[in-house]
Amino acid sequence: MKLIFEKSNAGRGCELLPECDVPVTSVDDKFRRNKELHLPEVSETELSRHYTELMKRTFGVNDGFYPLGSCTMKYNPKVNDDIAKLSGFAEIHPLQPVGSAQGCLEVMKLAEEYLSEVTGMDAMDFQPAAGAHGEFTGLKLIAAYHKERKDTKRTKIIVPDSAHGTNPASAAMAGFSVINVASTKEGYVDPEELKKVVGDDTAGFMLTNPNTVGMFDENILEITKIIHDAGGLNYYDGANLNAIMGLVRPGDMGFDVVHLNLHKTFSTPHGGGGPGSGPVGCKELLIKYLPSSRIILKDGKYEYAEKSPESIGRVKAFYGNFLIVVRALTYILTLGGEGLKNASENAVLNANYMMSKLQESFEIPFSGHCMHEFVISLEQLKQEKGVSALDFAKTLLDYGMHPPTMYFPLIVHEALMVEPTETETKENLELAIEVYKKVLEQAKSDPELLHQSPVKTVIGRPDEVMAARNPILRYQFNVNGE
Amino acid sequence: MKKEYLYTKSHEWVLFLDEKTARIGISDYAQGELGDLVFINLPEAGDEVVAGEEFADVESVKAVSNIYSPVTGTVRAINEELLDHPEFVNSDATEAWFIEVEDIKDQVELLTEEQYKAQL
Repeated sequence: MKLIFEKSNAGRGCELLPECDVPVTSVDDKFRRNKELHLPEVSETELSRHYTELMKRTFGVNDGFYPLGSCTMKYNPKVNDDIAKLSGFAEIHPLQPVGSAQGCLEVMKLAEEYLSEVTGMDAMDFQPAAGAHGEFTGLKLIAAYHKERKDTKRTKIIVPDSAHGTNPASAAMAGFSVINVASTKEGYVDPEELKKVVGDDTAGFMLTNPNTVGMFDENILEITKIIHDAGGLNYYDGANLNAIMGLVRPGDMGFDVVHLNLHKTFSTPHGGGGPGSGPVGCKELLIKYLPSSRIILKDGKYEYAEKSPESIGRVKAFYGNFLIVVRALTYILTLGGEGLKNASENAVLNANYMMSKLQESFEIPFSGHCMHEFVISLEQLKQEKGVSALDFAKTLLDYGMHPPTMYFPLIVHEALMVEPTETETKENLELAIEVYKKVLEQAKSDPELLHQSPVKTVIGRPDEVMAARNPILRYQFNVNGE
Repeated sequence: MKKEYLYTKSHEWVLFLDEKTARIGISDYAQGELGDLVFINLPEAGDEVVAGEEFADVESVKAVSNIYSPVTGTVRAINEELLDHPEFVNSDATEAWFIEVEDIKDQVELLTEEQYKAQL
């Protein structure tokens, strides 16, 4: 497929911009470019076909089964987009006086209230633009808390060895050092191991619950108490919230600060279509450190309270990705409290259905019921037939399905992590089960076939080493600028 | 002193050059599990490393992993070649050393090759 620059033909173009309705001004000559911009020159037909061609090469939730574990690739209801497109939301200006943006403030206030209710927090801030950004912000709240108490020895964040890679990365970015704590062989946090690493240098502890192998840690109250007793705070990574909405709340488990991924749990676009939104929620003791001013209702009008002097400061311009919050609120209001609870229950039911049907053929390293996702280990297949989790995942592409997450969590060898989500029908799950079993049979009878796959996709196997070491990130123009 | 590769449970090898000096790398099993390496971060000569604590990290096409030091001491040299050619670790993990440590004061529990392979 040709790139848009390669389709360019001098002099061609299309009028996509409306006529200018404000006076035209000019920039001082010394600031002006002295060369033309490299813009592709194509007709609207060509432009439209170009993007349609690109679209056909992608795979999204609208194309088929997308059980990417820990990513909650659920269907995004179209009504979310309808609401976000309303001109009162879509055409608002961030510097507009709040008196003329009451609806937008109400959206954020309502979303804050509902999400606080779901998580058991006292406040929610929408500035962070994605999950890891939320983690960074949440950890900065923890840092600010200890700093204000002059408890400066607290420099360490504890994370379990099964944690999402972003957890230790965010902790390091926020200026902490990271302590790993080993999981039990069942995949849980080991309270005895945790007791060994806590101390007066513990700033906090980061956890997802259900954890990264899809199990709910039943020792959670003991775990969060160990951290609190040591003087640290508990951080809840909301990556796996889709399993527990309306059933149990991080705030009641002993967590002080959370981040949510609206693009996972609350059905806003996830992946290339983003942008994401990773709001941070916290208990009362951390509210004054939040980046944004609080929205308050005064005499029937929404307004911003005075900025807290202890705030950690902005982490993003204006209000974060506001239209994503509009979509998430639409989702919450469409489903209602019972609906959110049903969504989580069905997510767990779907994962258990698939897991129990696959159990007879595949090695499932963690026994018992799972939550919203489960992990398969293909270690035996790798040893006996030389077929890796990567080979297996690539073969699924030929069946028109997105593969599960591979090689995560790191504590499971040749891991495939499957999260079907609640938005798949029983028929879709059964089709996936059938395909997984079929691919396993192929792997056993003709391993070479799996090394060659996929064969039906536009791109077979990209050179991952080359892509990591020598990525080409922009179009290379000729030296003479053509 | 017999020169032999000793191993940690966290999959590093250590080769003592004399009583106070050693080379450190990762095991062949570790490189196989990691898959193709694309980046390696090493400390600098003169840095202190501590037994059981991370001193480097490696990025493969699958994941980023910490590498833990089998000994406590001072980094005498690093294998700069690996920074541009992380794939050397995949082609020969026992030849592709990461760092050389001198003034060794302490070490973690080390396994012989036989013991290491038995517990894999």
